[in-house]
Amino acid sequence: MNFKLKVWRQKDARNKGGLVEIEAKGVSADMSFLEMLDGVNEELIQKGSEPIAFDHDCREGICGTCSLVINGIPHGPERGTAACQLHMRKFKDGDTIVIEPWRARAFPVVKDLVVDRSAFDRIIQAGGFVSVNTGSAPEANAIPIGKESAERAMDAAACIGCGACVAACKNASAMLFVAAKVSHLAELPQGQVERGARVKKMVAQMDREGFGNCTNQYECEAVCPKEISVGVIAKMNREYRQS
Amino acid sequence: MKLDAKIPAGPLAEKWERRRLELKLVNPANKRKFEILVVGSGLAGASAAASLGELGYRVKCFCFQDSARRAHSIAAQGGINAAKNYQNDGDSVERLFHDTLKGGDFRSREANVYRLAQVSNAIIDQCAAQGVPFAREYGGALANRSFGGAQVSRTFYARGQTGQQLLLGAYQALSRQIALGSVKLFTRSEMLDLVVADGRASGIVVRDLVSGKITSHAADAVVLATGGYSSVFYLSTNAMGCNVTAIWRAHKKGALFANPCFTQIHPTCIPVTGDHQSKLTLMSESLRNDGRIWAPKKKGDGRKPSGIPESERDYYLERKYPGFGNLAPRDIASRSAKEVCDEGRGVGAGGRGVYLDFSDAVKRLGQDSIRERYGNLFDMYEKITGENPYQAPMRIYPAAHYAMGGLWVDYNLMSNLAGLFVIGEANFSDHGANRLGASALMQGLADGYFILPYTIGDYLARNGKGQAAGHPEFRKSESAVSSRVQKLLAANGRRTADSFHRELGHLLWEHCGMARNRAGLEKALERIPALRAEFWQNLKVTGSGEDLNPALERAGRVADFMEFAELLCRDAQARAESCGGHFREEFQTPDGEALRDDKNFSHVAAWEYKGESVDPELHKESLTFENVSLEQRSYK
Ligand SMILES: Cc1cc2nc3c(=O)[nH]c(=O)nc-3n(C[C@H](O)[C@H](O)[C@H](O)COP(=O)(O)OP(=O)(O)OC[C@H]3O[C@@H](n4cnc5c(N)ncnc54)[C@H](O)[C@@H]3O)c2cc1C
Ligand code: FES
Repeated sequence: MNFKLKVWRQKDARNKGGLVEIEAKGVSADMSFLEMLDGVNEELIQKGSEPIAFDHDCREGICGTCSLVINGIPHGPERGTAACQLHMRKFKDGDTIVIEPWRARAFPVVKDLVVDRSAFDRIIQAGGFVSVNTGSAPEANAIPIGKESAERAMDAAACIGCGACVAACKNASAMLFVAAKVSHLAELPQGQVERGARVKKMVAQMDREGFGNCTNQYECEAVCPKEISVGVIAKMNREYRQS
Repeated sequence: MKLDAKIPAGPLAEKWERRRLELKLVNPANKRKFEILVVGSGLAGASAAASLGELGYRVKCFCFQDSARRAHSIAAQGGINAAKNYQNDGDSVERLFHDTLKGGDFRSREANVYRLAQVSNAIIDQCAAQGVPFAREYGGALANRSFGGAQVSRTFYARGQTGQQLLLGAYQALSRQIALGSVKLFTRSEMLDLVVADGRASGIVVRDLVSGKITSHAADAVVLATGGYSSVFYLSTNAMGCNVTAIWRAHKKGALFANPCFTQIHPTCIPVTGDHQSKLTLMSESLRNDGRIWAPKKKGDGRKPSGIPESERDYYLERKYPGFGNLAPRDIASRSAKEVCDEGRGVGAGGRGVYLDFSDAVKRLGQDSIRERYGNLFDMYEKITGENPYQAPMRIYPAAHYAMGGLWVDYNLMSNLAGLFVIGEANFSDHGANRLGASALMQGLADGYFILPYTIGDYLARNGKGQAAGHPEFRKSESAVSSRVQKLLAANGRRTADSFHRELGHLLWEHCGMARNRAGLEKALERIPALRAEFWQNLKVTGSGEDLNPALERAGRVADFMEFAELLCRDAQARAESCGGHFREEFQTPDGEALRDDKNFSHVAAWEYKGESVDPELHKESLTFENVSLEQRSYK
């Protein structure tokens, strides 16, 4: 297969970027999207040009590192799939594919397709944890947790922190990310003590980082590679009101 | 050099307790005066950095990803072992110890493995308290599943995302310390050298991957938690950034490298389908709880799996190892798959694959139960192969997965270099020649939460503050790092780092993979130096050293693999026996099992770097077994 790529190239945060056309030739349908980009980069290096910088690591859809907007959709056209798990068999030979970075004020571009998502880490630092020092834990089975509750907590905890939700939202809101962590911990007995303080602190940090407001567009849920439900946002709003 | 493992005296069950009493303490007010560097933010690094921060030390933590939460531990799927015996099926600390030691084919230290089993239960308590959403029974108790090499159910899990949930627990604990100011985190930072001043590990040199700036950090102790080196095989289940760089550079500064040839090839991965692949994907061992592995009895049987009747299928693990069946340990399961394919009975493209079949389990439990247990793995399989595993069996084949070898450490997790501690997959400690499933997460967290925080205090209490950044070794290391970066950038040949890595990986897989022999290893040892020479002559790196440059990062890591690969083969050559994952074809029992030579090889092989183009020196730490009798491993 052959493709015409339009790739966002940007030297760094200070310089302006733009779309550059690059051919991807001899692509196999079994390749992942990132393997297709690897091939393009190999050729670029061989020609003496700089490879396209993009973030990736596990290539199994779990580390949340890959972060490409493909044809206008964060992580591309396949539902519930991170860009690294997307395969070229989902495209047609000869397609033009536009590849851009996450775009949000709180996620400045570092280079090409790589952005700075440290705002997410700072939101977790603000309160996304249970304050329990190593060594002070009770016996694990001493606190029973109903299966349904554990499953709901796990549904929310599955978030990989990639930031696609922000990239998809026209307001660049981080509500899905923040609400997933709030819901995960609010669901469990271990999270109760700090429940009210946690949601307040995390939301305050989210606002400080410059993320936009949620206006219930649900674009975030549609692109989430872990299909985290917008139900967590409603839950967080309740938590916030009660805190 | 005399290797002293510093194993405490006394009965096995009391050793750790005794050591903890012997360890000197740092009083709370003095902890603030000590600075500790933790390189790595995976399970081992994050748990250590958080715990040290809680204790009051000043900690700096480094990782090369953009967030600590993205360390490779995030990808662990199946679960974590502990000796809780919640299932009332006869488990105990003693049994977990015994299974792990035997699983490792008696090439690990009794005392270390026993301690690991002892602290395993506290790990589960700690993680549950952090809010890790472990799987539960309807009554609210924790659920368990079985893993290879064990006949009890002792594996705790969070769907197929156990590593993710455990790491997020540790990452959240770390985040709390960052907010409190006790830990300072450096992301997108790669350690490129260890600074050793007056015989003591005194700091590290790092390159900021965004600005290209090279700086050094001085400290009173350095902890390496930089993970495993299986990516040396190019195709592996590891993440793209996994590397040997940090521990290799420390090795070149004097740290001994132990058992580099003990590499684990995992039996259940999605097979290689062509030469476009950048990595292989693991299908968790937990699938072997309900999946049955088979191959056609007939050679070259081209029929669809559904067209092959029961009588013409060979459930070879169940046939050969009726006691453990599909839950035979990894080394054995991998080798059996290779045998079947070598006989011409493999399935799929190139005949390198066997079936992992869930049809019986679907019949017995229903598709919904299977989906609940393994849904994400089935989805992943379908995304990659385009085939639906609910309808047809999965095709699987072994792939490079885990490094049992690593830097040598004593019982206190300190290397032979004073002040250099090594934890998690980066050290060689507890898994001998083969790691059992669900034991890496256990070891990483044992090291980080419950062992290192004690032992490092003893080192600091006895040795006091380290060298300041003004010591000339810092400038020396910094300038060595920058000239190496410049050398890589100056390379203007015709081949990319990736193409060299691929070639090196093929070579290793061929000659030092699942089966090894003398002639093959000799060939590899001849070709690796030649490939390395070509690398430096014909490498091409574009871009500059002053900003984010993936080509440069890659080239630096491949350069280290090029050196390390030689040590890996040399160790495999020197170990003229078969044990665990190290299978030397010359040494096997009549029925094809690994044939150990306890008389000559019951030791840890620890290699000392002696300089470029000088042979490394082998030091042996002999292993003594006082509590178990050495037997030929049997899973029949
Ligand atoms: C696909 C897969 C599934 C697995 N499933 C299981 C399982 O179910 N159960 C189990 O017990 N084990 C499992 N394992 C093994 C287990 O996940 C690993 O052994 C373990 O997580 C390693 O943890 P770690 O903390 O030692 O290293 P890692 O998690 O690999 O962390 C390494 C850290 O070091 C940093 N680093 C590395 N090099 C440098 C450098 N030069 N400079 C700065 N920082 C650096 C990285 O940024 C990272 O933060 C699995 C492994 C794989 C590959
Ligand atoms: S590279 Fe890890 S989620 Fe895509």
